[in-house]
Amino acid sequence: MMQTNILEYLEQTVRRLPDKTAFSSEDGSMTFLEVYDGACAIGSRLLRDGHYKKPVVVFMKKRPETITAFLGVLYSGCFYVPLDDEMPRYRIELILKELRPAACICDEATLNTARGLDNTGTVYVYGDIAVGEIDLRALEDVRLRQIDTDLIYIVFTSGSTGKPKGVTGCHRAVIDYIENLCDVLKFDEDTVFGSQTPLYFDACLKEIMPTLKYGASTHLIPRKLFMMPVKLVEYLNERRINTLCWVVSALTFISSLRTFEKIKPKYLRTIAFASEVFPIRQLNIWRKALPDARFINLYGPTETTGICCYYEVDRDFSEDEMLPVGRPFKNTDIILLDDNGRVPPKGGMGEICIRGTRLTHGYYGDIERTDEAFVQNPLNDKYRELIYRTGDIGRYNERGELVFLSRKDYQIKHMGHRIELGEIESAASAHGGVNSACSVFDAERNKLTLFYTGDVTASELLPYLKEKLPRYMLPHTITPLDTMPYTPNGKIDRKLLASQAAESLPARDK
Amino acid sequence: MDKLIAILKDLHPDVDFAAATDLIDGGVLDSFDVVTIVAEVDDAFGVEIPAEELIPENFNSAEALCALIERLSDD
Repeated sequence: MMQTNILEYLEQTVRRLPDKTAFSSEDGSMTFLEVYDGACAIGSRLLRDGHYKKPVVVFMKKRPETITAFLGVLYSGCFYVPLDDEMPRYRIELILKELRPAACICDEATLNTARGLDNTGTVYVYGDIAVGEIDLRALEDVRLRQIDTDLIYIVFTSGSTGKPKGVTGCHRAVIDYIENLCDVLKFDEDTVFGSQTPLYFDACLKEIMPTLKYGASTHLIPRKLFMMPVKLVEYLNERRINTLCWVVSALTFISSLRTFEKIKPKYLRTIAFASEVFPIRQLNIWRKALPDARFINLYGPTETTGICCYYEVDRDFSEDEMLPVGRPFKNTDIILLDDNGRVPPKGGMGEICIRGTRLTHGYYGDIERTDEAFVQNPLNDKYRELIYRTGDIGRYNERGELVFLSRKDYQIKHMGHRIELGEIESAASAHGGVNSACSVFDAERNKLTLFYTGDVTASELLPYLKEKLPRYMLPHTITPLDTMPYTPNGKIDRKLLASQAAESLPARDK
Repeated sequence: MDKLIAILKDLHPDVDFAAATDLIDGGVLDSFDVVTIVAEVDDAFGVEIPAEELIPENFNSAEALCALIERLSDD
């Protein structure tokens, strides 16, 4: 029978491997049966309280219980919205105001914060609702009414106007994604994941879903270890972790600090990475340390559910070469389109557009921005066929592999996070002492600079930005200007500012 | 020590690095900061901090980091 709900992954595995550890963190671990029971109890409770087909916020630390809460929300027919305890309060308030969730599930660490927030809906404590009575009939009833285009989650990404965008993922798209991801990466029951990415992005699906599907296991790595490379590798070895799906900056953190001279990962066999271009020098350090491991470059925007293209490193690269993003997963199609909505000639540049079941339902509560990004395929004027315009510019190399070149707009990637420079500028401009603001990113040095004019000092502006922006969006340098430079057609001269930001730093051999 | 504080201030102008003692444990520095500090220390002092020295005890305060740099430059 065709699978229509991701909970079927859990339900099949719990019968086979009830007592195997599914997820673990520094605070404890949970077996598949514990996850299943907890999720069913949470689902039953939400249903009893009348929540159905509504957003439910999960506001918890990174721990196995958080994943159980996600699944519990799905059992009720609702969809989960992960928020992180490290997000600044202002951002959380902005999201809640937009979202108006039916409920919010917290843990002891976040309860006090949650109680002080507006628009949370009913506040539940995980420990209270994960042990309640399970009403199997009610859960079955919900399942009978569910279809595979119903939502699973909303994850929030940076928005250029200063308002975060909530991307809506559904069962069908996630199943399509996970089945094809598993085929390419060859996960199985013996896969042991070391999870690096936070749970509030769709990136964590790469570990959570295959774990449920195969009865594999996932260790949620403590954030603190990503400041201690030797201890991080010791952790991988102690837990016999054999598979990583990390952001590039977490991998280069290990290799650039010459960790392998001291210690090597003993069990790693599959290393997948996403979110940024992997610098070849760093990749080569990894490949030399682990000559028998598979290295796979993944590419894909949140709007088309996780990852949609992959390239398995199958040859040597020199430092001036670009690692391709390769080709789409089965059942996903990539179209390159030029500025006139036409396919560029062979080898030519174009915007990467994605076609397939993978497309999410767009941005929650924002039909207008959804319609700008999810559009009718311009190559087809005969029937309705949506494509997602990524804003990424790519081309095919002479081997026929897709290569990512640049962005069309001011979206950047920093430390694995997707950031709209406009969101930083909009936060700065909201300060009464700022007249104009422009932020630029130096990809080579990984450095965000904010330029502004106004009568506030840089050290006064920084604490203000800290209240509004997540840590990864904070500029590393804030520079006041007497006047903002403009181009002849009246736009802020970003190129000039970018070269100014680059000149202020000594060149570094990275 | 002043040179080191200037490097740290550059990363987080609002932190009192002369007094803070929980830069890692308190979440002031993140992994991006650690990578930057290692590179800056190499530039400014000619000292390469080996991976095994990247532990909270050496990074929790400017004083501890300063002691680490001195120890490494003696070797």
